[in-house]
Amino acid sequence: MLTNKEVAEHIAEKFEGKVGDFEQPYGLLTFYTLRENIIPLLQYLKEHPTYKIDFLTDITGVHYPENTGKEFVVVYHLHSLINNFRVRIKVALSKDDLHIPTASELYPCANWMERETYDFFGIIFDGHPNLIRILNIEEMDYFPMRKEYPLEDATRRDKIDALFGR
Amino acid sequence: MKPVKMVEAPAGHSGAGFFATSFDQVIGLARSYSLWPLPFATSCCGIEFMATMGAHYDISRFGSERPSFSPRQADLLLVMGTIAKKMGPVLKQVYIQMAEPRWVIAVGACASSGGIFDTYSVLQGIDRIIPVDVYVPGCPPRPEQILDGLMQVQELAKNESLRRRNTPEYQELLASYNIQ
Amino acid sequence: MSDIELLPKQGQVAKKSQPELVEELTTLNLGPTHPATHGIFQNILQMDGEKIISSEQTIGYIHRAFEKIAERRPFYQITTLTDRMNYCSSPINNFGWHMTVEKLLGIEVPKRAQYIRVIMMELARIADHIVCNGILGVDTGAFSGFLYLMQKREEIYEIYEEMCGARLTTNMGRIGGMERDLSSTAIKKIHEFIKTFPPVLKEFEELFNRNRIFMDRTINVGAISAEKALAYGFTGPNLRAAGVDYDVRVMNPYSSYEDFEFDIPIGQHGDTYDRYMVRGEEMWQSLRIIEQAINNLPEGPYYADAPEYYLPPKDDVYSKMEALIYHFKIVMGEIDAPAGEVYHSVEGGNGELGFYLISDGGRAPYRLHFRRPCFIYYQAFPEMIKGLTISDAIIIMSSLNVIAGELDA
Repeated sequence: MLTNKEVAEHIAEKFEGKVGDFEQPYGLLTFYTLRENIIPLLQYLKEHPTYKIDFLTDITGVHYPENTGKEFVVVYHLHSLINNFRVRIKVALSKDDLHIPTASELYPCANWMERETYDFFGIIFDGHPNLIRILNIEEMDYFPMRKEYPLEDATRRDKIDALFGR
Repeated sequence: MKPVKMVEAPAGHSGAGFFATSFDQVIGLARSYSLWPLPFATSCCGIEFMATMGAHYDISRFGSERPSFSPRQADLLLVMGTIAKKMGPVLKQVYIQMAEPRWVIAVGACASSGGIFDTYSVLQGIDRIIPVDVYVPGCPPRPEQILDGLMQVQELAKNESLRRRNTPEYQELLASYNIQ
Repeated sequence: MSDIELLPKQGQVAKKSQPELVEELTTLNLGPTHPATHGIFQNILQMDGEKIISSEQTIGYIHRAFEKIAERRPFYQITTLTDRMNYCSSPINNFGWHMTVEKLLGIEVPKRAQYIRVIMMELARIADHIVCNGILGVDTGAFSGFLYLMQKREEIYEIYEEMCGARLTTNMGRIGGMERDLSSTAIKKIHEFIKTFPPVLKEFEELFNRNRIFMDRTINVGAISAEKALAYGFTGPNLRAAGVDYDVRVMNPYSSYEDFEFDIPIGQHGDTYDRYMVRGEEMWQSLRIIEQAINNLPEGPYYADAPEYYLPPKDDVYSKMEALIYHFKIVMGEIDAPAGEVYHSVEGGNGELGFYLISDGGRAPYRLHFRRPCFIYYQAFPEMIKGLTISDAIIIMSSLNVIAGELDA
């Protein structure tokens, strides 16, 4: 049975200096790593003989407009089916330097997950085979999930905002 | 055994071996009882349409026996589900490809007005791009409500004059949607 | 076809011996509106005659921005959004969301409510598989089986109506339990369903399982190996058909699933026939779970003692002061949730449905992300249909059970 403490200690030792902020909210081991280290880290976890963390559950992004220098966070959820162990890895990116290497060579399922994150937040995944919008219309010129953009369509005429409490 | 209710014959003269009435009444009668729907099912309301098509709430009792997926052969465009802005041009193209006479039912809150999705990516009602005849509200509407909407279109079809499609009001309506 | 070489120019093949004969590949748009696709997504196929060479997908035709809407709404109002993701089995989505919030708030749901949730989730799973297998039958050309099964789906709808009032988009349950107890009519209907569903399902299986035509059309069509399936992020019946027995109900049990005894059917080749059989067998296992749950239903309250999040009963609101205050605070949205981030997943009809919730202490989530299984495994579709005919592509799409609401969210 893998425990959070064991895996955390091993990773902190192996990737010293490049990982940090270990915590376990609600029992799930979570830690931050640097952009340069994410692909070696994912590869290491996938090929590790006992951990076998080889199932990518999800990739998504979060926008924190108040954290200057670390506005965007890309979150990877991984799962080891053999050991029933889950882990969450985060990478913080700044808004002026918004790109990160792609995980789609390692995990083919990351392809559309990264496209969705690009579509919503504008995070560029270097090396992605086809980084275009996936859910929104192609002509859209802004990234809708960022906090500065409203939910409603800016061009609608018939919904009176006052009646809807806005 | 309950007595079977026969459909009333339209007003006209009958005699020995003949029945004379006006064209539009006969054609209206024929059209209204054989409306072939084009189920444009996009989301949850489409599943309620599947239930309407099933054996419990049979839609073929009302003449819609054959759901035609080809616009050229359909009379009735049933738009069921949310129409996103990405889907709008596709819907308009399907409507343009339909042959006259054609009616449109907007089934569900999303097709009528955008529903609960007041967002940047959802078209707030299909009447922004195509003319709609009957709106069936609900989220999703019960099959009985969809059948009620169909019955309203039947009334429209029965009472429509044959010249309606050439009238200037109708031409103006289509022109306002940029449909030739 | 050994004498065909691909010319450098896109879309043209030529026979080596007769270079002047240049054939072009046909482009076919299996477009957003198509009778055989259940849901709107587009596949542009490049075909050589009837054989598919490559395909390109476009999705997003029903993108409704759920994740952005969720940042605006308090927690109990997001349940209506989760209904509309996988709309064939909405109770599973609803309870998955409720369990995520209960994990965040640290609420312990009583046993009776958990058993009722299990019954509703398994009924939803049966309903989802009914639609998938029935429509797979329709796509191979056999319509009557679908009609027989849809009648059973009407009975499931009646049970939902007893429980929550709606047929399809159920908005079932509340944070902390259920909104009402199982009424005696509901219990009677569930017992009747358990008795009358097996003969219908058996009849449906007799039509299809050993049917020569069905087997010829589905065996070895769209096969995917277990390694590839895991690489593409498959979960749920599609992964189990490829041979991997990963079921969230067993691996990370939630809502008392560990009390029930059920098997997990797995297939061997991951082709369409295996997916069909896995879903059929899962319906039998779900029926087993429902039977165990309804026969061993424990007594007790049907909601947790969490007055800050669960609306107090109406007679208390009218008579006691604190109940009135709690009711007011909950309805006006003034109760805040603790800050934190939680990921919870349930076994949806199509696989692991995950909810990643980041709360910043306000009344609405800061960020909510849905891990939707359909979105993830649909990426493998172009690879599964390479080299097959278009009718095979339609059957593979049906057997994958791609639901557009979950694809785009």
